[in-house]
Amino acid sequence: MCGIVGLFAKSPAIEERLGEHLAAMLAQMSARGPDSAGVAVYRDPVASGSKLTLYSRDPLHDWDALCGQLAGAFGGATVPSVRASHAVVLVEADAGEAEAWVRRNFPHLRVMSAGSVIEIYKEVGRPEVFSEQFSLADFQGTHALGHTRMATESRVTTEGSHPFSTGLDLCLVHNGSLSNHNRLRRALQREGIEFHTENDTEVAAGYLAWKLREGASLEQALEDGIDDLDGFYTFAVGTADGFAVLRDPIACKPAVLAETDDWVAMASEYHAIAVLPGADDARVREPEPGIVYVWEKTPV
Amino acid sequence: MAAGTVSETAVEVVDLATTPLRELNQRLHDLAGGKDGPTRWRVLNPRGAHAVACGLDAEIDVEIDGHVGYYCAGMNQLANVRVHGNASTGLAENMMSGTVVIEGSVSQSAGASAHGGLLVVHGDAAARCGISMKGVDIVVRGSVGHLSGFMAQSGCLVVCGDAGEALGDSLYEARLYVRGDVAGLGADCAEKELGAEHVAQVRGLLERAGFDDVAPSSFRRYGSARELYNFKIDNAY
Repeated sequence: MCGIVGLFAKSPAIEERLGEHLAAMLAQMSARGPDSAGVAVYRDPVASGSKLTLYSRDPLHDWDALCGQLAGAFGGATVPSVRASHAVVLVEADAGEAEAWVRRNFPHLRVMSAGSVIEIYKEVGRPEVFSEQFSLADFQGTHALGHTRMATESRVTTEGSHPFSTGLDLCLVHNGSLSNHNRLRRALQREGIEFHTENDTEVAAGYLAWKLREGASLEQALEDGIDDLDGFYTFAVGTADGFAVLRDPIACKPAVLAETDDWVAMASEYHAIAVLPGADDARVREPEPGIVYVWEKTPV
Repeated sequence: MAAGTVSETAVEVVDLATTPLRELNQRLHDLAGGKDGPTRWRVLNPRGAHAVACGLDAEIDVEIDGHVGYYCAGMNQLANVRVHGNASTGLAENMMSGTVVIEGSVSQSAGASAHGGLLVVHGDAAARCGISMKGVDIVVRGSVGHLSGFMAQSGCLVVCGDAGEALGDSLYEARLYVRGDVAGLGADCAEKELGAEHVAQVRGLLERAGFDDVAPSSFRRYGSARELYNFKIDNAY
């Protein structure tokens, strides 16, 4: 099982209450994934430098001390928000450099996301509890993805929860299971892609990161994935500007898309979309298997 | 009047925004065996709930206003169920008799393993429509997805639009009628001659479905080539 939700705001009213809608959608997917939950929220883009979301197992972690050291290394760093086990850190540095610095100097911390707009939060436990812990309802933003996990391929841990980061401002959530992830992980490791868990979805995330690094567009990377990723899946990929959806060609896993003048939403089941304002009159359809669907903000 | 339509008079209205789904289904189940009770029902605000009007066994009419989730009208007997919206996976699976009408589109495995009755889809049906059907008749106004009619044993699948890959794979004795393009035939599925008896059969099913603007002679018929292992007498026990 596992549940996926995605919400893309087309109006300021939805942007203002993005977190509240996301939490409502996530709660509807609780039965599909009671083991852990996670979200990627696209909000508050940084004007300069980069934004990291970091996770500490230690609930009393001294984020200010980390911030001081980051400022020492790069000239400027702040921690605008701490939510449960996660903190958002803004650094006056290139996102890749800041991420590498944290991994090197604070190996016990996990970099959940890096970029200029993405924030990833994930934790074990029921989705309703997760939403409460991380005050999801407070979030404003342009778009978000969420995941509720029923674990099959690896242990129930925070690190094994979704979304998985696939590169700067990119993330992946997955409903399904991959059968060739061990061999593919070894192949990707030879290409220099790092993995931090035994999770199958992390391999799909690493695969996309590798494809993008080699110059493929997101759409092309997903299309190549149809040939290279063996297993069952509905994937949703978050980008700085929107999100993409892909179902495996056999259509083993469900997905529903819906759209109104105010939002575009995707979910594993329609009842996660039914909680959105105006859902009764939304245009609803099922994405065709093996076809990549992409929504993006129109550049202004 | 098309199959499954009911008039507006004397209708028992149940709003799922305020009534638990189990209460609705229990009230509908309590009518089994011809017990007294309302015969016309209207269900409001299904909001994608699973198993709405599942397991009915009474000559009643149930109209559902909105989209339903998995297994709507599953195991249906005798009842007429009409959904003013879309339906998700497993619609009318294992239906025995009665009529189920979907005014929108339907997800995978519609009419799976159904033994009897009539399933009408006004929109499209996704993959595996009529998988392992055992006597149900299914009429789809739009198109059907891949692997439709997989291992279909008996009954008719009438598709006014197109059919996806691997139509009728490992088919037994069900009859598949498709008016549009077929992306590909599954193992042991073959096109067969459309004779007068078949045109009459399609005409009857289109009439029952209420689709009077589709010419019965414009379909192609597909059935089992009977070449697979289990059709060889030497392999029979």
